[in-house]
Amino acid sequence: MTISREPDPRPEPRGLLQRLGRAALSSLALAGFEASVCARAIVSMRTVFGRRQRPETIRQLHACAVKSVPVVSVVAFFIGMILALQVGIELRTYNQEGLTGSAVMASMLREMGPFMAGLVLAASVGAAMAAQIGTMSVNEEIAALEIMDIDPIRFLVAPRLAAMVVAVPALSFYTCALGVLGGAVVSHTQLAVPWETYFRNAMDFASQKALWVGLFKAFLFAFIIVTVSCCEGFRTTHGALGVGRATRRSVVLNFLLILIIGYFVTRFFY
Amino acid sequence: MDMIRFEHVTKTFGGGKRVLDDVSYSIRKGEIFTIVGPSGTGKSVSLKHMIRLMTPTSGRVWVGDDCASEASGRDLSRIRSRFGYLFQSAALLAWMDVEDNVALPLREKTSLSEAEISKKVAAALEAVGLAGEGRALPADLSGGMQKRAGLARAIVTEPEIVLYDEPTSGLDPVTSRRIDALIAELSSRLGITSVVVTHDLHSALSISTRIALLGGGKVLSIDTPGEFVRSQLPQAKAFLEAQYITKRGAWEAGAR
Repeated sequence: MTISREPDPRPEPRGLLQRLGRAALSSLALAGFEASVCARAIVSMRTVFGRRQRPETIRQLHACAVKSVPVVSVVAFFIGMILALQVGIELRTYNQEGLTGSAVMASMLREMGPFMAGLVLAASVGAAMAAQIGTMSVNEEIAALEIMDIDPIRFLVAPRLAAMVVAVPALSFYTCALGVLGGAVVSHTQLAVPWETYFRNAMDFASQKALWVGLFKAFLFAFIIVTVSCCEGFRTTHGALGVGRATRRSVVLNFLLILIIGYFVTRFFY
Repeated sequence: MDMIRFEHVTKTFGGGKRVLDDVSYSIRKGEIFTIVGPSGTGKSVSLKHMIRLMTPTSGRVWVGDDCASEASGRDLSRIRSRFGYLFQSAALLAWMDVEDNVALPLREKTSLSEAEISKKVAAALEAVGLAGEGRALPADLSGGMQKRAGLARAIVTEPEIVLYDEPTSGLDPVTSRRIDALIAELSSRLGITSVVVTHDLHSALSISTRIALLGGGKVLSIDTPGEFVRSQLPQAKAFLEAQYITKRGAWEAGAR
């Protein structure tokens, strides 16, 4: 697959209608480009653990999963604490604070786990991907790969996709577990809920369906983050200014898509 | 024998700006063909057409008997395998050391063993004077060394044609002349066809077989270095005068 670096030959649009039309066409073209990059990356994933690409895939796995653990840990723990505090105070009004664990588990497993893991990885790893590939684009490194007849999608996107497909679901599960633990600390220290009651109620709400839906969401978010971030990188022009724009666009687009698609997945399954 | 041929190539950018306007010329096998001209006249765009990083708005670009401007898939891969390309920025991959950068096209596109690859990489680095720098990362090298590493990567696959985009820009005069000598040596020793885009007339006059002057999207002239310095074209004169090249001095340089 060739990454186009042809400048747009069309004249600048004039008037509101032309601008809207151009924006709509550009959005469609971008969606088509992203779909083709994603499809090509999925096809190329069969090579990522081969002799030549294994070191790069492992490097990406380390960057995506291992290096994200500290920030994900802090976010997950505090999200669990906030959830427990919010819900627990309301439940205490009805003397039902013992159910705090159920509420925290349900929302972490189904929603907050994948959302938080996805958003944190989009903001950190996704932004870094867009910036790195964007810099490679403006430095003509992507063109150099193409001239050497090395497919940039296979060489750059497939290892990142393989790493994220492992990292996002794994970190989503980890976020959930740590969130529930954070909720337990707040429930016990501020709401005086016994540990045993909290965890028993939490486990009662840990349904298999919620777990699988959460992991499915995380899996989708991995594809979104890699596709959007890499495509924004590939489209980068105009030097450092362009790299900044690409990074910002990738974070904004990733956040929007994660929230919108996350909602529709929940709606589909529940 | 023509190695590369432009047939009525026109390239239009946004706003209808014609960067190349009905350009036709050919580059012979084994020659060092240099393209000079003011900024924005389509020199690098011409190079990108040769290797199909860009396609013409109209017209055709031929590489040997293959129409590069219409090739795709395996045909395009075969055409590109005939080229090496030295980018203005060297375009080395930042996370790989020099050896891995140079070995990349061999590892990705050939079935050579690691021992054979190491041998070829060592020879390429030796040829560009970078023996012993193989384990350095690109960021640890000077601009000139990065260019030479880029050149090693361009020649390691033993291409028939090497395209040089501003090979001496941003370099000190001593390093520039060293790069010139390398281009000339590679061309004479390996019979490589070289296409050089440059603003550096000293470099163009000293290494070129022929010099094409671009201006306003057109090819204004194609001359030998000697003819170029005697040219009566105002654009050629302005170019020479801007680089303080007297006819005598330049002729001597061009005659080397």
